[in-house]
Amino acid sequence: MQRFLLRRLVSLALSLLAASLAIFLVIEVVPGDPASYMLGLNASPETVAALRDQLGLNAAPPARYLAWLGGMIRGDFGISYTYKVPVADLVLQRLQVSLPLALYALALTAMLAFPAGLVAAARRGRAADAAVMGATQLGIALPNFWFAMLLVLVFSLHWQVFPAGGFPGWDSGLGAGIAALTLPAVALALPQAAILARVLRSALIETEGQDYIRTARAKGLTRGQTMLRHALRNAMIPVMTILGMQFSFLLAGAIIIENVFYLPGLGRLIFQAITQRDLIVVESVVMILVFAVILVTFLVDLAYAAIDPRLRRRA
Amino acid sequence: MTLLSVRNLSLSIGRHPILSDVSFDIGEGQIFGLVGESGSGKSMTALALMGLAPASARVRGTAQFGGIDLLAQTERQMTRLRGRDIGMIFQEPMTALNPMKTIGDQVAETLLVHRAVSRAATRTDAQAVAAEKLARVGLPTDRFPLSLYPHELSGGQRQRVAIAMAIALRPRLLIADEPTTALDVTTQAQILDLLRGLAADEGLALLLITHDLAVVADMARQLAVMQGGRIVETGATEPLFRAPRQDYTRRLLRAAEHRPARRPPARSTDSSAPLLSVEGAVRDYILPRPSAFAPHPLLRAVDRVSFSIRPGESLGLVGESGCGKSTLTRAILGLDPLQGGAIRLGQAPVTAGRTMPAALRARMQVVFQDPYGSFNPRHRVSRLVAEPFHLTGRPPDADRRIAAALEEVGLSAADRHKYIHEFSGGQRQRIAIARALIIRPDLIVLDEAVSALDVRVRAQVLDLLARLQESHGLAYLFISHDLSVVRAVTDRVLVMQSGRIVEEGATEDVFADPRHDYTRRLIAAAPKIPETWKEDADADAD
Amino acid sequence: MKASLYLGLALALAALLAAAASLIWTPHDVTALSIADKLKPPSAGHWLGTDHFGRDIASMLMAGARTSIAVALVAVGIGMGFGVPLGLLAAARHGSIVDEAVMRGNDLIFAFPSLVIAILITAVFGPSAVNAILAIGIFNIPVFARVARGGALSLWTLDFIRAAEVAGKGPARISAEHILPNIASLLIVQGTIQFSLGILAEAGLSYVGLGAQPPTPSWGRMLAEAQTMVTLAPHVAIFPGLAIVLTVFGLNLLGDGLRDRQDPRLRART
Repeated sequence: MQRFLLRRLVSLALSLLAASLAIFLVIEVVPGDPASYMLGLNASPETVAALRDQLGLNAAPPARYLAWLGGMIRGDFGISYTYKVPVADLVLQRLQVSLPLALYALALTAMLAFPAGLVAAARRGRAADAAVMGATQLGIALPNFWFAMLLVLVFSLHWQVFPAGGFPGWDSGLGAGIAALTLPAVALALPQAAILARVLRSALIETEGQDYIRTARAKGLTRGQTMLRHALRNAMIPVMTILGMQFSFLLAGAIIIENVFYLPGLGRLIFQAITQRDLIVVESVVMILVFAVILVTFLVDLAYAAIDPRLRRRA
Repeated sequence: MTLLSVRNLSLSIGRHPILSDVSFDIGEGQIFGLVGESGSGKSMTALALMGLAPASARVRGTAQFGGIDLLAQTERQMTRLRGRDIGMIFQEPMTALNPMKTIGDQVAETLLVHRAVSRAATRTDAQAVAAEKLARVGLPTDRFPLSLYPHELSGGQRQRVAIAMAIALRPRLLIADEPTTALDVTTQAQILDLLRGLAADEGLALLLITHDLAVVADMARQLAVMQGGRIVETGATEPLFRAPRQDYTRRLLRAAEHRPARRPPARSTDSSAPLLSVEGAVRDYILPRPSAFAPHPLLRAVDRVSFSIRPGESLGLVGESGCGKSTLTRAILGLDPLQGGAIRLGQAPVTAGRTMPAALRARMQVVFQDPYGSFNPRHRVSRLVAEPFHLTGRPPDADRRIAAALEEVGLSAADRHKYIHEFSGGQRQRIAIARALIIRPDLIVLDEAVSALDVRVRAQVLDLLARLQESHGLAYLFISHDLSVVRAVTDRVLVMQSGRIVEEGATEDVFADPRHDYTRRLIAAAPKIPETWKEDADADAD
Repeated sequence: MKASLYLGLALALAALLAAAASLIWTPHDVTALSIADKLKPPSAGHWLGTDHFGRDIASMLMAGARTSIAVALVAVGIGMGFGVPLGLLAAARHGSIVDEAVMRGNDLIFAFPSLVIAILITAVFGPSAVNAILAIGIFNIPVFARVARGGALSLWTLDFIRAAEVAGKGPARISAEHILPNIASLLIVQGTIQFSLGILAEAGLSYVGLGAQPPTPSWGRMLAEAQTMVTLAPHVAIFPGLAIVLTVFGLNLLGDGLRDRQDPRLRART
């Protein structure tokens, strides 16, 4: 088991390294001269040279890359060009909105998808199944930001149950914060829940066709017992793969949805940075997003091994 | 005392009748054989009795079991019977167990599900009983702890676990649906012995479903023969074998013992140089490292194997799974390289991959085991049969040759325009033979080529192979785990175990008087229809 | 064929036809601004009403269909064009370093959702439809590579591949002649899925301003512009969203229908 863990950790480190290299190349090497790009066409050569000095761009790329990596490991993500404050501080501030939002949406996704998928598989071919399939078919076609707009129309402007936008900050209380994140989380969760419900349903149906299910029935287990004790666990493997991938879609979706609700999250930060050509912020935020995705993949891998004994044997 | 009495069991799915008026009786503690070819309905009969037939199936008839009619029970009532009064084991042990639960848990589950009867109130109680049952089937916990997972066991061991699960509550009837078909000969013998022992010790009645007449001759006191969803004949085993009353039964028995007419093997005219010679062949597999800096261990799959095949000769290669025969075959066909030794076809060396000249490859071809996986489903038969022309260049009269090849194997020239899914298993093997034959090779490797075929079809294909050998002067390398088939169609035989040839000689000599211990065990383990039973049948044949 | 397949086909074709038609005709000129007519609800003259600049929404939807379909289609093309050969290569050299490399490359790209790739590209090159195509297309590559590799691997174990090897054919030829035709239906189904996902992705990117820029019409941007007016004139926000939903819904039904059709034939054993 330890060898398995070790190999996975090495894999994790390598992935992060490769991703950071890719990001570095695109942001700092491809545009040629990041400094003149950031300052724009009208900048004078002196200003450009000064900025190059300040950002340490005169060093060779490999050295700059290592410096950047070293900084990140220490928690130093550079200074934002537009705000003149450490990027790390900016990110931490914005994460207070984006991270809870993504997790809230993930929880809602699971809570909606599991009962729906289970019911559809258990009542396959009957009315309940058709209803779930129809609803999810519609759900996966919904753009989450448009759905968000509709939610605002109904729940904020018409019925005034939830705020239409903005985030009061966690200092104003847990309840107010959660209320502000509810509509966004629902908008994010619904399409993803639709996808997950379908995946769960088809995984359960496929598992039910396996031989060991027939063996379980021959021992005297009812269909329900078989599904819960045998099929569900085995069906979790494809489900966990999708759930892991969904985290990355939820993160991306959260960034987009913040626009609908004027939430001060990572999305706002990064779009402003793009408009203002603040490459330092863009570079760091992208790295953090990618890190989150790779980390989740790693956790899913560990979860696989926890569930499936065949994977624990050799790495 | 009759334990199970089935009367007029009929089953249909949609408008298709699957079973029609199936009737038979099984006595207490009796071993009853249900025999038939694939598609005869024997498995469906078992599933119907267990209430596990597909939901869309309509079942009629009665099955009196200990005072109740199985076919009239509700699903709820059946869940109480299954595992407690009637147990069942299936054909594929490799997939019959849940890969994510330990064997201890899976056997204990039977006990826990039927708590009232087993009086196993807690998991620990159940585990204790499970250990006992596993020991009873030959898996004692000191060597096979309850915490093992199925993937850590072999096929035979998994089938034992399945048996332990099925008999844990001492049911009165055990239904075994082709329990040993997927197992090796020696493993099969052990499992059948186990089943026989259980039947005797526990007074367990056994409904043994199989297509293998030799197995049923060995095991069952009474049997029923099924065809097309109907019972053709029932009766006590020995009399039925000696004097079958129905024509179908007679044909089945005759096919099971069939030996194709072969010209007597050309006694060693040693002047003829060998067609294929294998000298000291070695093939190793590289295994994953046990730890980061340790060297890769090697698995020696083929260990200094040497033999030769003469032109026109039929050489058999027998061995159980894992003995290395598939690896050796791949090396002979030039698909994988050797790590030592040499293989020669004629005088030219056989190497793997691009280095082997097309003209050399064209001298040997192959027929595989699985008639369903041997052909690209998207190509028509003419394209499939013509594939070997890649080696010789497509001749101008290719179409005529394709038509001729199909006719030679007993199909019609018009068949070349069809797709492969329109043909049955036996017909597909014929097409595979046509494909192997079309470029007139000197040697055809038959890799378990008849193992997946039903008895009667198998007899026909063996006849075809014998005829073709004579008319084309072909040499055959006949690989099989089925000893009776090898005995019928080969001149010489090699016995392989753990990568080595342990015995070699003329077929009849080896079978009549095996010298190596392993050969002896193999031959002893193979089920046989007693010779004496055949005399009467032969006498009746005309 | 099931009714849902027909429905899906109809919806998908409707979008396609609208897009094609918009090249030569739309009810009104898409670029014509008419402030006097702004925010009018649906009427005879403007079937779906007008937006805040007085532009005809129906016409803009048709033109927007062009953008969505073009972006999604080319992105699928990129994904298939690079992904399928990579997947076939990995399967043909299963277990070797090439296979490892392809798998690792896949994993790396999977760590970058298309939004993130779009952010990266846009930060450096500025927003445009081409960058949206690249962002979505690059993310499609490992999707197709994984599907192709998976399908190919299960075929490589079958005997008809060994038969081809014994007939002297090499892995490249076998991949082209035997493997590819047999995974074609898998790829087509995945293609429709990625196509519909591509439309959603393009809408999302345009919504945040990373996709097609004015004057190129785009459904996503229509929604972004409509956001502030959602209370005054909901129709400006509802119709573009509906267009997206119906098109994606139709494509999904089509994909499902195609998948159902190919399954039984593959299992047509006697």
